[in-house]
Order: sequence, then C-alpha cells, then structure tokens
Amino acid sequence: AMAYGGLAVPVLVMSVFWGVVGGVLPWLVPKGPNRGVINTMLVTCAVCCYLFWLIAILAQLNPLFGPQLRNETIWYLRYHWP
Amino acid sequence: MGSLFRSEEVCLAQLFLQSASAYSCISELGERGLLEFRDLNPKVSPFQRRFVGEVRRCEEMEKTFTFLQQELRAAGRVPGPLSESPRAPAAREALRVQEQSEQLAQELREVTRNRASLRDNLRDLRQYLHVLREGQRFTSLPAPLGSPPRPRAHSDREPILDPSLHQHLERKINFVSGVIHPWRVTSFERLLWRACRGYLVASFVEMPEPMEDLATGENITWVIFLISYWGEQIGQKIRKISDCFHCQVYPYPESEASRTDTTTKLHGRIQELSVTLEETEKYLAEVLDKVALALPTWRVQVQKMKAVYLVLNQCSFDVTKKCLIAEVWCPVQDLTQVQDALRQGSYQSGSSVECFVQRVPTSERPPTLIRTNKFTAGFQSIVDAYGVASYEEVNPAPYAIITFPFIFAIMFGDVGHGLLMFLFALWMVLYEDSPRLRQGTNEIWLMFFEGRYLILLMGAFSIYTGFIYNECFSKATTIFPSAWSVATMANHSSWSSAYLATHQLLTLDPNITGVFRGPYPFGIDPIWSLATNHLNFLNSFKMKMSVVLGIVHMGFGVVLGVFNHVHFRQKHRLVLEFLPEMIFLLALFGYLVFLIFYKWIKFSAADSLMAPSILIHFIDMFLFTSNAENRPLYPGQVPVQTVLVVLALASVPILLLGTPLYQWCRQHAPRMPLATGEQEPLLEGQEAGNSVNTTMEDVESGGHSPDTQHLDFAEVFMHQAIHTIEYCLGCVSNTASYLRLWALSLAHAQLSEVLWTMVMRNGFVGLSYVGGVVLVPVFAAFAVLTVAILLVMEGLSAFLHALRLHWVEFQNKFYVGAGYKLCPFAFAPDTWE
Repeated sequence: AMAYGGLAVPVLVMSVFWGVVGGVLPWLVPKGPNRGVINTMLVTCAVCCYLFWLIAILAQLNPLFGPQLRNETIWYLRYHWP
Repeated sequence: MGSLFRSEEVCLAQLFLQSASAYSCISELGERGLLEFRDLNPKVSPFQRRFVGEVRRCEEMEKTFTFLQQELRAAGRVPGPLSESPRAPAAREALRVQEQSEQLAQELREVTRNRASLRDNLRDLRQYLHVLREGQRFTSLPAPLGSPPRPRAHSDREPILDPSLHQHLERKINFVSGVIHPWRVTSFERLLWRACRGYLVASFVEMPEPMEDLATGENITWVIFLISYWGEQIGQKIRKISDCFHCQVYPYPESEASRTDTTTKLHGRIQELSVTLEETEKYLAEVLDKVALALPTWRVQVQKMKAVYLVLNQCSFDVTKKCLIAEVWCPVQDLTQVQDALRQGSYQSGSSVECFVQRVPTSERPPTLIRTNKFTAGFQSIVDAYGVASYEEVNPAPYAIITFPFIFAIMFGDVGHGLLMFLFALWMVLYEDSPRLRQGTNEIWLMFFEGRYLILLMGAFSIYTGFIYNECFSKATTIFPSAWSVATMANHSSWSSAYLATHQLLTLDPNITGVFRGPYPFGIDPIWSLATNHLNFLNSFKMKMSVVLGIVHMGFGVVLGVFNHVHFRQKHRLVLEFLPEMIFLLALFGYLVFLIFYKWIKFSAADSLMAPSILIHFIDMFLFTSNAENRPLYPGQVPVQTVLVVLALASVPILLLGTPLYQWCRQHAPRMPLATGEQEPLLEGQEAGNSVNTTMEDVESGGHSPDTQHLDFAEVFMHQAIHTIEYCLGCVSNTASYLRLWALSLAHAQLSEVLWTMVMRNGFVGLSYVGGVVLVPVFAAFAVLTVAILLVMEGLSAFLHALRLHWVEFQNKFYVGAGYKLCPFAFAPDTWE
C-alpha cells in the first residue's frame, strides 16, 4: 500500500514531469518554421497544467473541515476502504 | 519563426508595367497571390476607367455562359469537371473564346428552335391521324360498334346517316373534325345543340393516348369530335363555335378512298418527321456535349480575365513613360518573388522591356500579415474576430493556442465529456482531407469542421482538468486510495451500527489523527463526491483557483505589453507604464494570491475555528480598518498591507501623468532633430488617394510635425487618463470576472450529477432481467441528454465565456487590435452552382 506521505513525492514527480515538458522538450524540437510556436505551446501548457495541479493539491493540504457523510456511506466505506 | 508573434513587415511598392505586358504581369501576380493593389483612381467612375471596354466584353461573355449553363441544366446535364485551373487568356485566345461561345450559343438556339417546331409538327400530324382513325368509326359503319359514342338525347331522333342514303336526300353532308380539351366537351355540345340542332350529328370519342398540351405542358387525353352537317351556314356556325372553344380543326376528307389515302400519307410524313427529329436530337446532344466540355474552362478564364482588368483599372497611366503604375502593399519577404513574376509576365507577352517593382517609403500604416497553417488558422481567426492586430503589434494568438482550450477546460472539466469531445475532433482531423467532409454545405457543420483543432485541444485539456476535478460523467475515481479514513473515525468515535442508524449525517474530523492522512496526490479526493457538504469545500477551492488563475493570466497580459514597448522603441513606457501597472497589479492582487497560498499552507484543522477570512482582510486593507474578530494571518500583517496599498496608490499618478509629461518635456526641449533612435523610421512620403486606415494616427509614437503636437497634448492626456482609469478599475472588475470559471464549472458538475442521479441511476435500480432490458432505453435517454445538454449546450457556453475572458480581460492589458488584414489579389477557386 502506498505510504501516504505528505507533499514530497507528488510535488517531486509533477515538478519533474512538467519541468521536462516545459524546459527540456523545447530544446529537442527540430528546427523549422514552426519551432517558435511549438516551444510556446510546450511552455504555456507546462505552466498552466502545473499551476492547476498545484492549486488542487495545496487546497487539500490542510483541510479546515472534513466531509459529512450519510450513514449508509459510512457503513459501506468503513469496511471497504482502508 | 517570427510570423505568428507579430505581423510581417509589409511595404508599399510601385510596379512599373509596360502597356504591352501589363496584362500578363498582373495575371502572373494573380496566380501567385502576393500583393494587395491600391486603387489609384478612386474618383473615377467605373464607366470612365481605362479598360472599361474589356470589362464589358468579359461581362457579355459571362452572359453567354449563363445562357449556355441554363441550357445545360434544362437538358439535365452537368458541366464537365475542371482538371486544373486555367490561366487568364491572352487577347487572341480571349477573342477565340468569345467567338466560339457565341457560335455555340447561336447553334444551340437554332437547334432548340428547330426541335420545338418539329415536335409541334409531329404532334399535329399525330392528332390528325387519330382524328381520322377515330372518325372512321362513325362514318364507315352503319351502326356504331365497339366503344359506343356518348349517349345524348338528340341522337335518338337523328339516326346515323347511312352513306347510301345521302344520295337520295340530295343534301351534301360535310364534316368538321377536330380535337377539343376534355373539360370543354359538355359546354361545346350544349352550344352546338342550341345553335344548330337538327342540322348536325356530333360524335365524341376520347383519344387513345394522351398528348401534350402546349400551353400547360401536361399530358391530357384529348377528345376527338366529328360533326357531320349539311348546309353552308351551319358549317360556318360550327366553325365559329369550334374557334371559340380553341379546338384544333382538321379537314375531314369525304370519301372513304381519300380518307385512306390521307391516312397513308400521314403515316409517311410522321415517319419522316420522326427520323428528322431523331437526327435533330442527336445533333443537339452533340452540341451540348461540346458545351459541357468547354464551359468550365471558359468560365474560369473569363473570370480571371475580368479580375485582371479590374485590377488594371486601378492603376494609373503615365503618358510620358507610356507605362502603367500600380501601387501595392507587398510583404518585404516576397519582393523577389514579385520581381520574378514580373519577369515571367514580360517574357510571356514577348515584350523586351522588363517591368519592375520599386519599394516606396510611406507614413501610412501598412496592413497586417500573419501567415498561418491549418493548425494555427483557427486560433488566429478567433483573435481576429475581435480585432485584427495593428501593424507589428504583439499577436495574442500563439498563447491563445494553449490558454484558450485550458480556460475552456476549467469550465468544462469532466473526463468522460472531454473524451467524447476529443474523439469527435480526432475523427474530423483524421478525415479532414475527405471531400465529403470538406464540401459540406451546412454552415453549422462547416463551423465545427473549421474549428477541429480547437475542439481537439479543448477535449484534451478537458480530460486533464477532469482528472484533477476527479469527475468522469460526474463520478469520482479512486486511482489513488482516498486520504480520508472512515474506519479510523468510526473506531475513534465509536460509531456502532445502532449509533449510525439514529444519526443520518456524520462528519469526519481531520483533527483526529489518522482520519486525514495527507493530500490526495493528483486532483480532488474522491471522498468529496460522496460527501453531502462537498460544495462547501469545492466552492472555496474553485473560487480561489479562479482568482489565482485570473490574476496570473492578467499579469501575463501586462508582461506581453513589454514586447510592444520594446519593439516600437518606446522604452520610456517601460518605466512610466509597465512598471506602475505591474506594481498596482502585484501589490494588490498579487498579494491576494499570496494570502490564498499562505492560508492554505499555514492554517490547518487545528485552528479551524479561528481561521481568518481572507476576504475580510482584503477589504480591510483597502479601507485601512481592522476587524477584532478576524485574527491576522501572520505577524506584521497590518504594516505590510499599508505599505502595499500606499505603493499601489502611488503608482496611479505615475501611470496617469508619466507618459504625457514625458512627451511634453521632449517636445518643449528639443535638443536635436531626433531622426533616429526614439522613433520609427517615418518619412513624409505623400501618397495620393484615400487612406484605408481605420484609426487616427498612433498618437503615442510621436511621429508628427512639431506644430501639431501642441494641440495633441490634451488628447494625449485624455487618452492616458482613460487608460489609467480603465486599467485600475479593470483590475478589480476583471479579477471578479474570472469567477465565471468557478460558476460554469459548478454548473457543469451539477448538471452532470443531475443527469446521473435522475436518469442513469434509475436504470440500475431494477436488479432483475427486466431491469436489464429497461437499462437500454434509460441509457439512450442518458446519452442523448448528455450530448445535447452537457456537450453541445455547456460546450458552447464554456466556449463563449472562455472567448470573452480572452477578448476582454486578457487582451485589454496590452492589445490594440486596430489593424486591417492584407487581402492579396489572388484568383479565388471558383465556386458556383
């Protein structure tokens, strides 16, 4: 089972992934008339997607309140989820 | 590739064309489609222009072509296919086309006329034949046999005359025979009876085969009548009556022998006529074949010729040098191609002197040219729909390629819906070359097809945001195990079955160790989709997300303005406009973003009861007040905020007065003529004619003569005041405007959930075999509603809002959009039918 660590592993993985997309791939795009556009697309995509993911995970880092569940859900999840 | 980032360099040029080779040069340029021609004779009416004769000739030819086209269509034929686009014809060839087309039109007219008259004749003869044939019944037999004539009251009294009798009677019997329209028979009979009773015998019988009525073109079963009478006056009366009723009268020979004779002759003539008619039809078919073969080429040729002459009409004629001068907007990159085209044209027309092109300096603003390929064209067109980029201004399109689908996806986030959209677009992209897809006539389909790459990216990003929102057709997935442990909570709070039975809703408390184990690594935790208070959490998350992304997007827009300032060599604007704008935005709204992130990181469930409200802190920051119940986020918050607000307020007057004062100072302390360096290379080349530019001159570039600048100071100041107010107020209102990202994504999620709970889930309730069968129509309803409401309606809605966010909130930070496109003279592919 995955050890629920804090922030470290997801941040590392995602930073490396989008870092490669936005920082390494642009160097590998072959020279041609479209190189500028493709590089712009790669960097913009990396920034947008990384930021969006970061907001999602930071919003859940320290929840101020918990989920309110129906009793049927609790009955089921109590034994079904670890 | 700088082409998509800003407009290409476009220059004004003059073409010097020798009269002899002007036509072929323009034709060559039209084939390549490089230049936009400017009208040098705007005040001349179309009837007074130089080449009006040639244009008229082209129009006459087009009239002939229309006639030929109509004839082809009337004969049910289709013009032949066009293998390749022919070039505009030279004068001799054009003459040949004209002669040939007119000759063919003439032939066609003659042949159709002949055919019509032959047909008429044939019809006539056939009718006569029928009349004779049917008439035989009444005159050759003593008593009617076979199909009886129509019963009438008076015929009982008048026996059918026995031919052998009339010798005794010494009265000569004459006949009137003819054909009458079936609807008029009764009134005809009645009139005859009233007018001439006692002196005639009238018999009517229907024609065995229907024939065409020339007036209306329908097939009617005519009625043949045969009237036998005696007396000359009666005969005249009968003939007059038949005339009134528009009957076709045929001479009826009296004796049997002459009748048979006439019949045989008729047969012969009909035979001949049929043969002639066949020949005529064959000849007509041949002529039509020739037309069908030649017509498409001719049409294209004449179209091109007319276009070339219309362009030549726009040139001015230089009498001294005996050449035509054309003024064009030409992309600097293409000047060599233009020279090449001119060389080709001169060579083709056999002229020894070459035409040439010369670049001309100008102070007018050139048109914008941004070259796109099939992928970028869609994105460029949505930017252009708001306003074409001013000449050499930064183009928002390359960034919009990603930000537009991304912002759409924030409002549309659902893996299932995104996947459907992606697959639809993928189908369109993979089959984009199929002619069936390309030549659809439905406008709505064409719109979708032209945006196929747009939809592809929108679908792809929607899949990504769908995973982050953890929504797939409104259901969450547990790719990673959920971070919230119900078991731990239940064990800690001793939630026995009895306890659960009495308590409908219970909340998990993150303060208890082990209940909340850490943030879900990718996206929103799946437990929230099962929670009844999920909107409390999601709303807070999505609102903050919208504000953060909005401020980042707007900040990016302000940064893009830097490229404009640098390119137009207005470095003073970097300090006097960009810096205050950035300070204002970051000091206030950048700080808000910081507060959001800080609260997320620093505050947890342990102090949830006393967690400060960011919104109240933000409002207090502006009002310089403080709220005792709202504790600070960090020590020293109040002085920090005061400094930031003061900084932001201080940047407003710099923004307001900086640039105007700078320009005023420069104007009133002229050191040296600043020909280079600060300004664009603007010279005072006067160009005749109208200016096609749409805006007033770009005031801030400072490119006028000194005496007019004095008057402009008020305008400069006004312009800057408007810009400042718009920017500062805009920062606030636009930030709030980005909350539509939250609103639409909430709406989409709720609609999805409603469709699931109220439609699809009911299909799973019945657990029997019948339930399995019921599932099928339930799924059908679910699928139809998903596509219609969620994909089409929500998709269009999110598209529209994403577009608005780009056009208004993003682009008003840096974009002017007051340019006009370069429309090169090119022969458009013909589209008729």
